[in-house]
Amino acid sequence: MEFLVASAIGVLTAGGLYMVMRLRTFPVILGISLLTYAVNVFLFAAGRLTTGAPPILTDATVYADPLPQALVLTAIVISFGMTAVVVMIALGAYLGTDDDHVDDAPESASSGESAR
Amino acid sequence: MTHWLIMPVILPTILAPLIILAARYHIGIQRVFSVASVLAMIGIAIGLVVETSDGTVMLYQLGNWAAPFGIVLVGDRLSTMMLLLMAVLALFVLLYSIGSCWDERGRHFHVLFQFQLMGIAGAFLTGDLFNLFVFFEVLLIASYGLMIHAGGNARLRAGVQYVLFNLLGSTLFLFALGAIYAEAGTLNMADLAQRVQLIGAEETVGIRVAAVLLLLVFAIKAALVPLHFWLPSSYAEAPAPVAALFAIMTKVGAYAIIRVYTMIFPADLEVTSGLHGDWLLPFALLSLAVGAVGVLAARKLDRLVTFAVISSMGMVMVAIGLFTQESIASALYYMVHSTLAAGALFLIVDLVRQSRGHLELRVEAPVVGAALIAALFMVAGIAITGLPPLSGFVGKLMVLNAAYDDGPDAWVWTVVLVASLISVVGFARAGSILFWKAQADVAPVAEPGRPAPSPLSYVAVGGLLVMLIAHTAFAGRMYDYTTVTAAQLFDPQEYITTVLETPGKLSETVKADASEGEN
Repeated sequence: MEFLVASAIGVLTAGGLYMVMRLRTFPVILGISLLTYAVNVFLFAAGRLTTGAPPILTDATVYADPLPQALVLTAIVISFGMTAVVVMIALGAYLGTDDDHVDDAPESASSGESAR
Repeated sequence: MTHWLIMPVILPTILAPLIILAARYHIGIQRVFSVASVLAMIGIAIGLVVETSDGTVMLYQLGNWAAPFGIVLVGDRLSTMMLLLMAVLALFVLLYSIGSCWDERGRHFHVLFQFQLMGIAGAFLTGDLFNLFVFFEVLLIASYGLMIHAGGNARLRAGVQYVLFNLLGSTLFLFALGAIYAEAGTLNMADLAQRVQLIGAEETVGIRVAAVLLLLVFAIKAALVPLHFWLPSSYAEAPAPVAALFAIMTKVGAYAIIRVYTMIFPADLEVTSGLHGDWLLPFALLSLAVGAVGVLAARKLDRLVTFAVISSMGMVMVAIGLFTQESIASALYYMVHSTLAAGALFLIVDLVRQSRGHLELRVEAPVVGAALIAALFMVAGIAITGLPPLSGFVGKLMVLNAAYDDGPDAWVWTVVLVASLISVVGFARAGSILFWKAQADVAPVAEPGRPAPSPLSYVAVGGLLVMLIAHTAFAGRMYDYTTVTAAQLFDPQEYITTVLETPGKLSETVKADASEGEN
């Protein structure tokens, strides 16, 4: 199970990074979603992997760590909200300029690059 | 008195919905609420500073749950000082946005402004790393709204870059938190400080990765080169008052580095030794240099100021990277200076834009009100480049002094001095093109339909500059204050005991568990 979870995190992260580097808003947003899935699974794994154990402290010796589950819940809510916001802003930018590149357009890049 | 500690978070949280529900279409009432909130925030912050000035560590347990389980807010000298700095900056920024009517150019400026303050205040006060993440997200999501306030294609484009970069940063933050939790089993800062010390020498891989990831996240927030690419276009395209408020956001990153790397991963901890000196310091020097070159190369005034911000953040980071008690004290002094100066400069950029209509650095006929704007620009320029007599000079002197250890530290002294020279030349060039050479150009033409900036705008900018001058005049006292603050940071034992040993719900169980563990 460790291998399965670890490789899932790895594949999701790699795919997410690849998508982010496409530098068009739609792939980038998809890539960021993949990255957040990866990080959610990673946070789960941070509490050690257990199956069939209650996430609560009882007399039983085996239990799942409840805290990472709470953290994941928070992270899911936040990333969901953030994705919604970025979709709206990206749509606005795309509809306004008719261009969905994330990096600066060539003509504005010339002034930007020289400033850099 | 303990409940006052949560007021800087609660107050904007209550007022923001009130503004959106009760005063949605009444800009006048919104302004009153917003200013009242910021004034109250200043009052509370002063109260907290006074309360913690004798070294007391204030603790607020949410829901009365004891520390490692419950979330705590902690107020010590550093966090209350940053809180006061934020509130003072916010007041002048708010006055400017009212004076220049920026808040009327789009919806919900004041609501987002309040949420932004809530996020920043929470980030300064929290004693828990995951809670720090949550407050980062609160301040970021408010900043996304503020960043694209008043719309426009260029601004939306810059907004997309800004949001995406920060989303990646947040993901990285979560990875770091997961790694820390996997290694230490807690995210409470005081608890972590104790547990990280206990990690055995052969099991340090995870915690080292976590420490570096965390440093990376905070370096993104602090716009350290080469992680600064989000800053120039987003700050330049953001509405001026928003950019001025963002001057404190880079300091949140610097604050987090100081907090985490004095308490959880202190310099004498073997696991993470070399993180400051070998990694942070060279990149800080690089930011200082890149910022200065950017100031000289900029073709537009707003870009010039953003690179000045990068350069001054580099200066703060140099002081942090040296990582002695003295250098942290000077970093804190410089941080206050840099926030006020950068805030003032962004507002002055907007004054220039208002009177000229654009920000290109080219010679044009003089405009109405140019003399006063030129004077303000000169004062702010002197401050941020570090020329005497203003606080930038005093701050740089403190940092250089901290880097003087049987003779000057060659790298630090060279880079700081050369970078200062370059940015002085850059600012002098910009100022002379904008204001000085303008006199030699064609006779002034009356520009139709461009209203002069309102007096309130000048009051706001002037207020920030007065704060800067006061920061210079009382430099001795401020330095004493930051020195004691740094001493408190380097001796976090009282912080840790206050957080962990204040009784609350569940603290009985912890004690029982601890004694059981010892047995």
